[in-house]
Amino acid sequence: MLHATEVLGGEAYDAHGNFVGRISELFIEPADQPNRVARYLLGRGKYLPLLARHDQISSVAPGMIKLNVEESALEHFHSNEAWLAVRKDLLDQQIIDTRGRKVVRVNDVDLAEQRMDGTVELRVTDVDVGLTGAARRLLQGLASPSVIRRIQQSLPARTIRWEFVNLIEPDPLRRVKLRITHDKLEKMHPADLADIMEELSPAERQAIIASLDEQSAAEALAELDSRLTSQIVEKMSPEKAADIIEEMAPDKAADVLADLSPEVSEDVIGELQGEEAREVQALLSYPEDSAGGMMNTEFVYVGETATRGEALEWVRQREDINAENLDTIFVIDGDAKFSGDVAVGRLLLAGDDVALAQLKSEPLVSVTPDATEKEVFELFDKYNLRSLAVVDGYGRAIGAIAVDDVIARLREKL
Amino acid sequence: MNWTSNTRTEQLQRHATQVRRRSRRLWRRLALLAAVLGPGLITSNVDNDAGGISTYSLAGAQFGYALLWSLIPMTIALYVTEEMCARMAVVTGKGLSDLIREEFGFRPTFFVMVAGFLVDLGNVVAEFAGVASAVEIFGISRYIAVPLAALVVWILVLRGTYRQVEKIFLALCTFYLTYFFSAVLAHPDWLDAARHTVIPSVQFNSGYLLMVTALVGTTIAPWQFFYLQAGFVEKRIGARQYPQARADVIAGSVSCMVIVFFIIVCTAATLYTSGHRNIVDAADAARALVPLAGRWASLLFAFGLLNASLFAASILPLSTAHVICEGLGFEAGIDHKFKDAPIFYWLYTILIVVGGGLILIPRAPLWRILVLSQVANGIWLPIVLIFMILLINRRDLMGEHVNSPTFNVIAWVTSVAMIALTLVLIYFALFHPSAATGGL
Repeated sequence: MLHATEVLGGEAYDAHGNFVGRISELFIEPADQPNRVARYLLGRGKYLPLLARHDQISSVAPGMIKLNVEESALEHFHSNEAWLAVRKDLLDQQIIDTRGRKVVRVNDVDLAEQRMDGTVELRVTDVDVGLTGAARRLLQGLASPSVIRRIQQSLPARTIRWEFVNLIEPDPLRRVKLRITHDKLEKMHPADLADIMEELSPAERQAIIASLDEQSAAEALAELDSRLTSQIVEKMSPEKAADIIEEMAPDKAADVLADLSPEVSEDVIGELQGEEAREVQALLSYPEDSAGGMMNTEFVYVGETATRGEALEWVRQREDINAENLDTIFVIDGDAKFSGDVAVGRLLLAGDDVALAQLKSEPLVSVTPDATEKEVFELFDKYNLRSLAVVDGYGRAIGAIAVDDVIARLREKL
Repeated sequence: MNWTSNTRTEQLQRHATQVRRRSRRLWRRLALLAAVLGPGLITSNVDNDAGGISTYSLAGAQFGYALLWSLIPMTIALYVTEEMCARMAVVTGKGLSDLIREEFGFRPTFFVMVAGFLVDLGNVVAEFAGVASAVEIFGISRYIAVPLAALVVWILVLRGTYRQVEKIFLALCTFYLTYFFSAVLAHPDWLDAARHTVIPSVQFNSGYLLMVTALVGTTIAPWQFFYLQAGFVEKRIGARQYPQARADVIAGSVSCMVIVFFIIVCTAATLYTSGHRNIVDAADAARALVPLAGRWASLLFAFGLLNASLFAASILPLSTAHVICEGLGFEAGIDHKFKDAPIFYWLYTILIVVGGGLILIPRAPLWRILVLSQVANGIWLPIVLIFMILLINRRDLMGEHVNSPTFNVIAWVTSVAMIALTLVLIYFALFHPSAATGGL
């Protein structure tokens, strides 16, 4: 196994044993093969640098490579945005560790030698983010490779496999050329993804949100610090911002919109379409620290005379119900007024013929939209609620406050 | 069957269809400003640490008002350099050592960090020396006060999050008003002072030039740049709030220099005019004020020194630990718990323990340590400055926020002037140490 720091700066000799130049860069061509060192950049001082291809290398050792062709067979250097440069784009840069779910800085790159017929290919296996890589970078050129290897043996190693490395590239065109996809990020829990994004620079955050699908982007933005969310949304086009916000739950969407500057907020709201727009607008009319500002307009309500079996059947047929909203089902009476809530636990245990009215929790608790945050917290604590109904002046349910919203608010205050 | 559809559009339509602005404009702006203020104010005010106060009071005692003219150029220099850090923080969202690592590589970063560690260790020693001197004026033994101070400082950072710690520091900043009262009680000739502030009166002797370089060297220190930039990054200040960040930097630079003005005026009006010009450090200066301005001036002066030393003793190790961790890629920041960022907290602890410990060793060569740390600072400063200017002019990093040509000119002139002055200081410190230790 070799390390990039050992190869970079090494001397290159051609088939006749003549010195050609010093290795100043290693290029990977992700479009061709994601981990092979495809080109070696050989610097020649005041002469133009040359490129050696992977099939022109006959042997590699720390500090030296031997080519199997003559110097005249090498092509001249031309830069190519589709190439990933190990020294420029990897070393000392931040990458996302999709397995460890964090952002780390690359100290060194580990390479494995693969012998093909007559040639040697170097393939990237891991990225070194620990002390071994740091020691190598520090001592390279100052001590002989064998001394460095001995030193590094006593240090703890921290490496990340190349397949778990996700590069961060702000330029969208280059992202395409380098085949940077973020499907691993899309599979990550939004909270982990948000943690990662908080470590990056604004441009990099923008790049990640731009390359995620709208659903994942919405989930990640919902978990992100609200200041960062505002910064990201304000830099997007209003159409794209609206597309993402439409994927969020209305109360989260209202929170995000409320944090934007008024001009941007108006533009984005203007682009929102359909149901979502109206719900969000309604929620925005409430002050942030009131029950109205905390509630979600997505909740499930069923008439209280329905039986458990009928209710379940109806819920299963609806396609637009989010399973997260089924924690508590609201129950309404003949005048469509809020008459109670049914916890999912009771629903689970009840027989199919039991009317929902018999499964209601006692006592009947609800708040009006202008109730203060403090009143909401107290109710949650006093009655051990998981969900609190918000009713209008006529007693009709207009929203639900969930316990995770309460926890998020309380944490902000800590 | 009396269940209805899921989303209650009819009912919601009855509610407001207009978006009512949740935030009224003025309150929002003030709140924004208050949220951003902090890093600039703190950094500039910690500038007036034990070493700083000693230098400034010496400047007043030895030369009267003659050095006041340098305050305005220094304010400009301080603002220019700190603003670059604020701008970099706001545009790139990364700390200074992060940027140096990414753009210049591992080895330069490593040496910047090592230099920073040594310099700041010397500075921390100076701070605890300040604590020791100040409490001895109050009659308390240093062997009680210094360990106590170290413990308080250590716990404060370990237990608090950034927000809480910053609030405490900002509140402590208001104690610098003691210098204002000291100055007033000394009954200075305000007109004379004002005249000297605006009209330069340069003397070409070695003592004077040395004092000028000491003034500059103590005012503009590299650790400030790292701390400032990290402070704005941790507060997640975005490009949109850049005006507020810049306001913070301006407020910090100006308030720092205002305090310096009062320190110099205070000692100039009393010690200089009465002939007590050969004081050795700030503690001497405080004592010398007693017969001239009453018991209160001296106590206030000493209290200000204690406050400054404690303040700086908590900030410097923090900033140093930040720089090193950022550069090596370790977790850093007081928002993290101990077990999430062990190296960061260990570095911080070591700096405090060693810094405080050295003061308690009897007959420790303190002056030599302080002089050496000033010399190291002088070497470190140009390197960091040059990195900063190179970084701030990178279009691929800063986009449209690179330096304008005029700003570049100011920045380069400032840097060259400071490099020249610190070279003068190094020369004196190495070859004429007796002249250099006066007040350092």
